[in-house]
Amino acid sequence: MINFQNIMETINMIEKEKLDIRTITMGISLLDCCDSSGKKARTKIYDKITKYAENLVKVGEDIEMEYGIPIINKRISVTPMALIAQASDDKNYVEFAKTLDKAASAVGVNFIGGFSALVEKGYSKGDKILIESIPEALAVTEKVCSSVNVGSSKSGINMNAVDDMGRVIKETAYLTRDADSIGCAKLVVFANAVQDNPFMAGAFHGVGEGEAFINVGVSGPGVVKAALETIKGANFDTVAETIKKTAFKITRAGQLVANEAARRLGIPFGIVDLSLAPTPAVGDSVARILEEMGLEVCGTHGTTAALALLNDAVKKGGIMASSHVGGLSGAFVPVSEDEGMIAAVKAGALSLDKLEAMTCVCSVGLDMIAVPGDTPASTLSAIIADEAAIGIINNKTTGVRIIPVHGKTVGEEAEFGGLLGTAPIMPVNKFSSADFISRGGRIPAPVHSFKN
Amino acid sequence: MRAFITVIGDDKIGIIHGVTSVLKKNRVNILDIHQTLLQEYFAMMMLVDLKEMPIGFQELKDDLVEVGKELGVSIKLQHEDIFKAMHTI
Repeated sequence: MINFQNIMETINMIEKEKLDIRTITMGISLLDCCDSSGKKARTKIYDKITKYAENLVKVGEDIEMEYGIPIINKRISVTPMALIAQASDDKNYVEFAKTLDKAASAVGVNFIGGFSALVEKGYSKGDKILIESIPEALAVTEKVCSSVNVGSSKSGINMNAVDDMGRVIKETAYLTRDADSIGCAKLVVFANAVQDNPFMAGAFHGVGEGEAFINVGVSGPGVVKAALETIKGANFDTVAETIKKTAFKITRAGQLVANEAARRLGIPFGIVDLSLAPTPAVGDSVARILEEMGLEVCGTHGTTAALALLNDAVKKGGIMASSHVGGLSGAFVPVSEDEGMIAAVKAGALSLDKLEAMTCVCSVGLDMIAVPGDTPASTLSAIIADEAAIGIINNKTTGVRIIPVHGKTVGEEAEFGGLLGTAPIMPVNKFSSADFISRGGRIPAPVHSFKN
Repeated sequence: MRAFITVIGDDKIGIIHGVTSVLKKNRVNILDIHQTLLQEYFAMMMLVDLKEMPIGFQELKDDLVEVGKELGVSIKLQHEDIFKAMHTI
């Protein structure tokens, strides 16, 4: 029998500590939508997405109503579009992005991910076309998210793609200049991208996945912070145990919602992503958890150690709570989407260099970081290269979602609205990386990737 | 289906009567009930069985919220599995 305290604890987590299910994401394979005619392929894509995801939003809302736990987003991820579109003779894939946008609107989801290419070793015909189509695709659509995987521990880093992505980001920023370059907030450059990530903007449905899956991303930074508030001054053994127990409970809620959504939609359950995903709302911040551990402001010395402990404890607690764990799983540190991170940047405590160090121990990478609009493309590429190197050497996923805000500079802010938040513009290193990036070629896979 | 009803608010006469009247009207059976005072707040949880209920979950929820407004208390109805999932291994 559940006791009174347990019931009140759950209700408090939801009401006061902002526990929610961040996303139910339906992954849909589009591999059977290839066609030599781009137009026919797009018809197949639209029909398939709208058929599979017809009831996704309604089922999400029903579960929210019956279980009393908010489910913030319902989303869709699809097979990397470069793989589907390149069967056609089209020379530009913007129309494919428009089809995804239309399908997403038809079923009522707020984002659709998978305008993507996997180019860690090189470009196939369609990969190049897709990458060149990204700026316009993100400018003319609202809900489409794009990602490009430029490196992996097994194949090294494709430095030609890294070079191209610096330019693609700049161009995307320019084409969406009227909205603080928001197009870049829908574009992630990955190393070691995962195939079952439910979180945007980096979600796509990998080629090794099944026909369709239900993947769920949990959240709950506020719950972890509240748990730590009850053990002020305790040692790290106690801190780690407390986070583990809290992560277990959060993840169990995610597993329940995932099972229920899968059952009602008649689509198999894929994974639960054990992530602490913050929002710009007060009380929903990862930075504030690190500060609760004893740091005056997030970003000061000790931040990397605090984040390492947090990330590890979240995984340890969450793994036992879910039958299949996947996605990115860990703590996210998106600057503009985290009220505490924004405050830390404004206080001068959190720099780009410290964030880079933090990405060595958290679940993703440099996320939602605004930099001056006049940052050279080669500097953006070099930032991507650094992150990709951290990823491939440490066998972890790293991503870069960086916004060179057109026409703005340090001291100003970019305002994206909603979950994407507000980003203070951070300075980048003023010395050039252009000659480094222009070399091209591939950085070889690290020696420890040869495990066979 | 079984669900938990939780009622929290300022203590006053007639809270249990108000809630159980809605349950009786909708053929909802009470399996367990626990009530206490947290400082000056009235707090109650009920485990209820909804299998004979002729109306939908949302309608019962709306009815309970309505009576909660009249009584000046917060009333929630949630499927029991959310609590079982989070608090049992």
